[in-house]
Amino acid sequence: MSRRNRGFLLAGLLVALLIAGVGSYYASASPDGLEWSAEEEGFGHTAEDSAVADSPLADYAVSGVDDGRLSGGLAGVIGVAVTLVLAGGLTMALRRRSGGTPDREPAPADLGG
Amino acid sequence: MHVPDGFLDAPTSVATGVVAAGTVALALRGARRELDERTAPLAGLTAAFVFAVQMMNFPVGAGTSGHLIGGALTAVLVGPWTAVLCMTVVLVVQAVLFADGGLTALGTNVTLMGLVAVVLGYGVFRLVVRLLPPTRGGVLAGAAVGAFLSVPAAALAFVGLFAVGGVADVSLGAVAATMGGVHLLIGLGEAAITVAVLGAVLTVRPDLVHGAAHLRRAVELAPRPVVAPASGSTR
Repeated sequence: MSRRNRGFLLAGLLVALLIAGVGSYYASASPDGLEWSAEEEGFGHTAEDSAVADSPLADYAVSGVDDGRLSGGLAGVIGVAVTLVLAGGLTMALRRRSGGTPDREPAPADLGG
Repeated sequence: MHVPDGFLDAPTSVATGVVAAGTVALALRGARRELDERTAPLAGLTAAFVFAVQMMNFPVGAGTSGHLIGGALTAVLVGPWTAVLCMTVVLVVQAVLFADGGLTALGTNVTLMGLVAVVLGYGVFRLVVRLLPPTRGGVLAGAAVGAFLSVPAAALAFVGLFAVGGVADVSLGAVAATMGGVHLLIGLGEAAITVAVLGAVLTVRPDLVHGAAHLRRAVELAPRPVVAPASGSTR
């Protein structure tokens, strides 16, 4: 990977970690559009707890960490890391290995999607 | 937008699970055409970024909030097939680790945010981009409209599923109006975040943006300025 790419990716990762680890504390705690609509229209009570509702990271909080800011921030950082590893691993496994033609645009025919 | 367990009956959840699995299977093939040495790491980062931004609920008034879905943004950045995979990974992590969105509703959430939001967002993006001149502004305008419409589209897709398999016996018209209305507002936030992020990436690394490939081709096809042969140039 070129140094230019690495710098860009690290900067992007830093922004994601800051948003999930620090910024998320300031997110609105109001119910989201679907939850709110469900309550308004009278089917909110049909929601059931997820089977993993008691998991150690449920609702973006780390169980055992009492400080809300730390607990939520830690959960966010863990989520970013896990998502990066899973999605990055998947996309890296699927990528075309460049066999001596790096950094060139694919032929226009390949750009259909 | 994350559907919890219980809203939809079992047959509907199974059906959306089948739709989601089929979509992911197709995307696993389609994404191979979009991913190379440069774009694969960006795709992983995009998924992590979407996870982070989805934690940032913004208020939309009347005691409700919304957050980015990111389907349109991801599709424009890394391509629609790859976007399906990125969104699916985000939704799986949220459902399994964070109990955000039900487990039996995972297929429903992948269908709504990984399929409907991506396909509609990217489809509208392509349409708008085709109508506008091939400029950075055209790409941003297309992404804005696509992102904006992707949110009420996903919301109305939920209402469609609710019409088929909703457990509660409530007025469908009222549910559609409430869901559609609040998600139009959330769509404005979706468009704003999409334009901000895409604009930033287009500024520093336009070459990495899948949905801006036509800008690069336009530059390549344009008559090259005549430059005096530079000494020592390696190009």
